[in-house]
Amino acid sequence: MSSGFKDKTLSYLIVGPFAILLAFPFYVMVITAFKNGTEFYDATASPYWFKNGPTLDNARYLFDNTPYTTWLKNTAIIGVAVVGITLLLAPPAGYALARLSGRVGQSLGVGIFLTYLVPPTLLFLPLFWVINKLHLQDRLLALILVYPSFTVPFSTWLMMGFFKTIPQELEDAARVDGASRLKTLFRVIIPISLPGVLTVVIFSFSLVLNEFVYAFTFISSTAHRTLSTGVYTDLIRGDLPEWGAIMVAALIPSIPLALLYNTFLDRFIAGFTGGAFR
Amino acid sequence: VEAAAVARPRARRWGNVLERQGVLASVLISPAVIFIAALVAGPLALSVYLSFTNATAGSLTGDWVGTENFRHEWSNQSFQDAAWHTFVFTVLSQVVVLLVAGLLAHALLRSFRGRWFLRFLIILPWAAPLPLSLMGWKWMFDTSYSIINWTLEKFGLVSKIDPPQWLAEPKLAMGSVIAVHAWRIIPFAVVIFLAGLASIPKEVDDAAAIDGATGLRKFAFVTLPLQLPIATVALLFGIVFTATDMAVVYILTQGGPPPSFSTEMITTWSYKTGIESGSLGPGAAISLALLPVLAVVAIGMLVFARKREVA
Repeated sequence: MSSGFKDKTLSYLIVGPFAILLAFPFYVMVITAFKNGTEFYDATASPYWFKNGPTLDNARYLFDNTPYTTWLKNTAIIGVAVVGITLLLAPPAGYALARLSGRVGQSLGVGIFLTYLVPPTLLFLPLFWVINKLHLQDRLLALILVYPSFTVPFSTWLMMGFFKTIPQELEDAARVDGASRLKTLFRVIIPISLPGVLTVVIFSFSLVLNEFVYAFTFISSTAHRTLSTGVYTDLIRGDLPEWGAIMVAALIPSIPLALLYNTFLDRFIAGFTGGAFR
Repeated sequence: VEAAAVARPRARRWGNVLERQGVLASVLISPAVIFIAALVAGPLALSVYLSFTNATAGSLTGDWVGTENFRHEWSNQSFQDAAWHTFVFTVLSQVVVLLVAGLLAHALLRSFRGRWFLRFLIILPWAAPLPLSLMGWKWMFDTSYSIINWTLEKFGLVSKIDPPQWLAEPKLAMGSVIAVHAWRIIPFAVVIFLAGLASIPKEVDDAAAIDGATGLRKFAFVTLPLQLPIATVALLFGIVFTATDMAVVYILTQGGPPPSFSTEMITTWSYKTGIESGSLGPGAAISLALLPVLAVVAIGMLVFARKREVA
């Protein structure tokens, strides 16, 4: 038996169990999402499978009897607005940091990256003060204003790493041909940076869906909640959480996002390591 | 015609200004910098100011009280507990993360059939929105009917009459939030480790093979030293993500269970003080306890960045 075969078997033996363990909550969520509600509190029903067959009752309840579609809409509005603001600010800054600004730019780049480390849990109280002063409490606008505080630093850093991977020669060729810097920017740089821009869109959206502290602090009414807080606070009937509906609510945005995330993973890594490992 | 003739040189003059590298750079960078300064640096300064006042969430105004808030919290048992819990939560979950992620990254480095799919399963906890996947955990920890206790009962490991209350017993609750947070960070550490391992040049492997270094010896003397910088980066990020997290703890235990509040962290204690009790000033003072952690991590990152520059 070759050592290659032994190595591969070892990889399966290590990765397999951990992969199952890490993905296990999602399996439970899927089963619960399609489970008949009476089985949740039935000790004879296996939580690993269905006793009375899968049902769409939970999904129907979620869409017909809860404000879920409102939260979807709110999240989409905030997501689109935040991505828009991020795209206006981050790619130009990332380009300039990668290409134009020399040593000053380098420290500025690191500075911008460090602001990404400042967490919402440190800023939510002063921002609560600001939001209330501006009379934006319990309004979507509050989150649209605040969320770019973490999407812009992260995306600027990501775009900087991205532009560093594009050969300078491409631009030089255009410049030698007599194109101005601005023209080069629009004709050469923006078209080739589309993959980077797409990455920014996906990760900004993902950051918005992940945000809990600001959404929980600034929004107080059910109608203005986003997915990240509404599913936690409002899917309760009587005293009991609506587990089936909650799992449907959690899976609908999670699955597409996870697939996109996985596709763009390499760019995400390059972003975090500052393009140091290419 | 005349107007156009005048306008064109002006346009060109503007074009020429933008041709100057420094000017174009500032034009492109300043919007982002101004925005970040207004939304991060500004609030941070405001937080420091608020921490010296007795401002409330209702009135937003308060009087200058000097270091009163800090002195009060410093001697407050609740704050001391929260700081200790944050320390334990961060250290233990990161130890788990480093061990598991290191192992997984090495096993994932080889190519084998189904690797893409297994990697996808491993990425899931990081890729799915945390506040939503936490609801899955909350259900799994449910005492009487959910999957964890059901399984343990089947194997006769726990009693049916008095099953463990994962989120309601002090030590179990702490263990649970540590496990869930490790679960969340492991995928992140795995992908960073993988990037680091992939960057080790093939020549190093060959050289090690010629020198007869294999297995554990190779790991200890070749791979580990080369892997250390990137492992440090993953760890620094992990520390920030964990010490400053509020979602995991708040959604699972709300800092409880009472009366011990064994999972109360700096973040949840600052939320409860600043928002729930409305004491904005003291709440800000509590949250500033996270600053030293951030400072240490930031310095670590800068040292790493400097080293890469030299190398």
